[in-house]
Amino acid sequence: MPMTPASSPHRAVSGTHVAWWNDRRIRGVLYQVLVVVGVLALVAYLIDNTLTNLAHRNIATGFGFLGREAGFGVSESVIPYSPADTYLAVLVVGLLNTLKVSVIGIVLATVIGTLFGVARLSRNWLVARFATIYVETLRNIPVLLQLFFWYSLITEALPGPRQALNPLPGIFVSSRGLKLPEPVWQTTHLWMGVAFLAGIVGAWALGRWARLRRERTGALFPSLQAGAALIVGLPVIVWLLSGAPTEMSVPELRGFNFTGGVTVTPEFTALLIGLVLYTGTFIAEIVRGGILAVAHGQTEAGLALGLSRGQVLRLIVLPQALRVIIPPLTSQYLNLTKNSSLAVAIGFPDLVSTANTAINQTGQAVEGIAVIMAVYLTVSLSIAGFMNWYNQRIALKGARG
Amino acid sequence: MNARDETPEEIFSREEEPIEPHVAVKAPPAGHPLRVVDWAKANLFSSVPNTVLTLACLWVLWETIPPLIDWALLKAVWQTSDPRVCREADGACWALVTEKHRFILFGLYPWNEQWRPLLAMALFIASGAVSCYPGFWRWWLPVLWAIVLPACAVLMWGGIFGLTFVDNTQWGGLPLTLILSVVGLVFSFPFAILLALGRRSELPAIRAVCVGFIEFVRGVPLVSVLFMASVMFPLFLPEGVTVDKLLRAQVGIILFTAAYLAEAVRGGLQAVPRGQYEAADALGLGYWRKMGLIILPQALKISIPPLVNQFISMFKDTSLVIIIGLFDLLTTAKTALADPEWRPFFIESYAFVALIYFAFCFFMSRYSQFLERRMETGHRRS
Repeated sequence: MPMTPASSPHRAVSGTHVAWWNDRRIRGVLYQVLVVVGVLALVAYLIDNTLTNLAHRNIATGFGFLGREAGFGVSESVIPYSPADTYLAVLVVGLLNTLKVSVIGIVLATVIGTLFGVARLSRNWLVARFATIYVETLRNIPVLLQLFFWYSLITEALPGPRQALNPLPGIFVSSRGLKLPEPVWQTTHLWMGVAFLAGIVGAWALGRWARLRRERTGALFPSLQAGAALIVGLPVIVWLLSGAPTEMSVPELRGFNFTGGVTVTPEFTALLIGLVLYTGTFIAEIVRGGILAVAHGQTEAGLALGLSRGQVLRLIVLPQALRVIIPPLTSQYLNLTKNSSLAVAIGFPDLVSTANTAINQTGQAVEGIAVIMAVYLTVSLSIAGFMNWYNQRIALKGARG
Repeated sequence: MNARDETPEEIFSREEEPIEPHVAVKAPPAGHPLRVVDWAKANLFSSVPNTVLTLACLWVLWETIPPLIDWALLKAVWQTSDPRVCREADGACWALVTEKHRFILFGLYPWNEQWRPLLAMALFIASGAVSCYPGFWRWWLPVLWAIVLPACAVLMWGGIFGLTFVDNTQWGGLPLTLILSVVGLVFSFPFAILLALGRRSELPAIRAVCVGFIEFVRGVPLVSVLFMASVMFPLFLPEGVTVDKLLRAQVGIILFTAAYLAEAVRGGLQAVPRGQYEAADALGLGYWRKMGLIILPQALKISIPPLVNQFISMFKDTSLVIIIGLFDLLTTAKTALADPEWRPFFIESYAFVALIYFAFCFFMSRYSQFLERRMETGHRRS
C-alpha cells in the first residue's frame, strides 16, 4: 500500500531512472489487482464448494421456501399470525418483535443511563456511590448471563398463576408473565391515535415558531410545556368528546391460566430488563463524560448574560454536551439492537430465533443467515444514518462535521 | 437503587460547587472531632432535597443489606450433597457451588485429569500478570510466552509425556473461555492492524475491501456470525474436510473481533500528527518501514485503552458460544442447574460465574486506566 506518486521520495531525486517494478504508481495498481483477484477467487472458491455441498446433500437453494407454510407457532406476535402462515410471515413477526424490544429498550436505557450518569456526578456521596456500584457491576458481567438470571428469576422465583401476585386490581404478576387490563378496541382509539400524531406535528411546529421568534426578537415562549400539553391534551379531548369509553378487558383466572387482558411474557420482560440495565451502564458513562466535557466557563458566561439556570441548561449547556454524547450513544443504540438477538437463548421469538427455527426445518442455512444479516445491516445502517444526520444538524456550523 | 430522579437541570444548577463529590469540602486537620460531621453536612445533608435523597438511600440500604447478609452468609448452606437440605434452609445454597464447582470450572474434562487445565490456567494467568507490568516489557517476555503457550497446549491436549490424550470436544469451563478470548485476541490483532492500515490506504480498491469487511461485520450481531461459523463453514469447505466446532467458533470470534479492533487501531492512526507521516516520507522510508518504525508504535500506544475495552467486551462475548453448544463457563453454570432438584438455586450458580467474569473484567478495566496514566507522555493529540 504505497503512497501516491506525488509524495514519492524517488520522484524528488530527478533524473534517476526507476525500474518499472519500483514505480509506485505501477506497484499500487498491481497491489490492488492482486487483492481484488485474491478476494474474488476466495469468494468464488467458497461459493463453488457451497454449491457442490448443497447439491450432494440434496438441499434446495433459493428463497422459494419463504412462500411455503411455516407450520410452527410463536409465543407472541405484534401482528396476527398462525402456524398456517408462510415462512415470510413468521420472519416478519420475528422482525417486528426485534424492533419492539429494541425501540422500547432504547428509550428505557436512555432514561436509566441518563439518571445514573447524572447520579454519579451528584454531590450526595451516597447517591454517587449507588450509581457507581450499579455501573461498575453490571457492565462487567456478560449480558447473556444477566438475561439467564432475569429469565430464571421470573420463571422460577415468581409464584404460579394460581398464587399470582395481585399488586393492583386487574394486574397479576406470576411466572407466566405480567397480565394487564386492556381497553377494548373502539374507533375512538383510532381517532385518539390521529390526535396524538397531530399533537406531535403541532408541538414540532410550535417549537420551530418559538425558536425563530426567539432568534429574531429574544422573546421567550414556554414551548416545551405547550408542546407537551398539545401531545397529551389532544387525545384526551378526543376521548372526552366521544363520551369517555372505559370498557376494559380484565384478566381473569380460569383453570390454570388467565384469560382476557394483555400479557407481557416472561421472555420479553427478561430480555428487556437485561438489555436495558446492561446498556444503561454504558449510557451512564457516556452521559457523565458529556456533562464533564462542557467547560464550566460556559455556564458562568450564560449566567453573566442574565439567563436563568434553566435557560442556561437548555440553551447553552445541553446543546454542547449533546455534541459529545451523540456519537458514542449511537453505537450503544446499535449494540442494544444487535444484542436483542440474544433472545434466541431464552426463547423470545425475535428475528434470529424465528429464522433459526426456519433454518432447522428447511435446512436452508445460507438463505436464513443471509436474511438475518441483511435485516440487521439495514437496521444498523438506518439507525447510524439517522444519528449521523442528527449529529450533523447539531454540530458547530462551519466546523468539522 | 432508589436514586431520586435528579434532572439534569438540578445537576447543572449546582455549578458553583465542584463536580467531584469528594473535594466538596476541605477536610480540617486529621483528628479534628468535627471532621465526620462536617463531611456529612457538606456531602449528605447540604440541602432539603439532598437530605431526602440521603434518607431514601439509607432506607434502601437498611431494607436490603441485613436480609442479604442473612441470606448469603448467616443462613446459607455451605456443604451438602443433598439439595433437600437446601430447600429446608432459608439462606443461599452455596453447597451447589461446593458440589459442582469442578464441573462449572472445567466442564466435561475427565475428572481425574482436571489438575491439567488447573495448572495450565495457573501458568497462563501468572504469565499474564507478569506481562501486565510495563517494567517487564523486555526481550524475554515473548520467550516466556513461547514457552508457556505450548506448555498449556500440551497440558490441555496431552498425548505425550505420559499424559492421556483429551480431545478438545471435552474442554470446557473457565479454560475454554480463556482460550477463546486469548487465542481470539492473538490472531485477530495482526489482522486488525492490516484492516486498519487498509482502511487508511490511498489505494481505492484495498480501502473498499477493508471498509466493506469492517462495516459488514460491525453491522451484524455476533450471534449471526457464530451461526454462520457453525452451520455455514462446513458448507464452505471442500467435501470431506471437516473442522471441529471449537475451531469454527474460534474463527468466527477472530473475524468478528478483528473488525472492532481495527476501528480502535484506526482511531490511533488518525491521532498520529500528520507531521510524523511527512517526516517519515522525507526520510525516504518505504511504506512498511514508515508504518512499522514511525507510525504504528505511536498509534498503538494511543489505542491501548480502546483496545483493552474491546478485549473486555470480547471476553464477555465469548459467553455467546452457548448458543452453538460449546461448554464455556456460562454453559457449565447453566448445565449445573439441569437437575430439577438443584434448579431453584440458580442465583448461586450464576452469582459464582458472574463473580469470575467480573473479577477478570474489572481488573482489565482498572489496568487500562493505569496504563493510560503511565503511558501519557504529553504527545497525545485527540
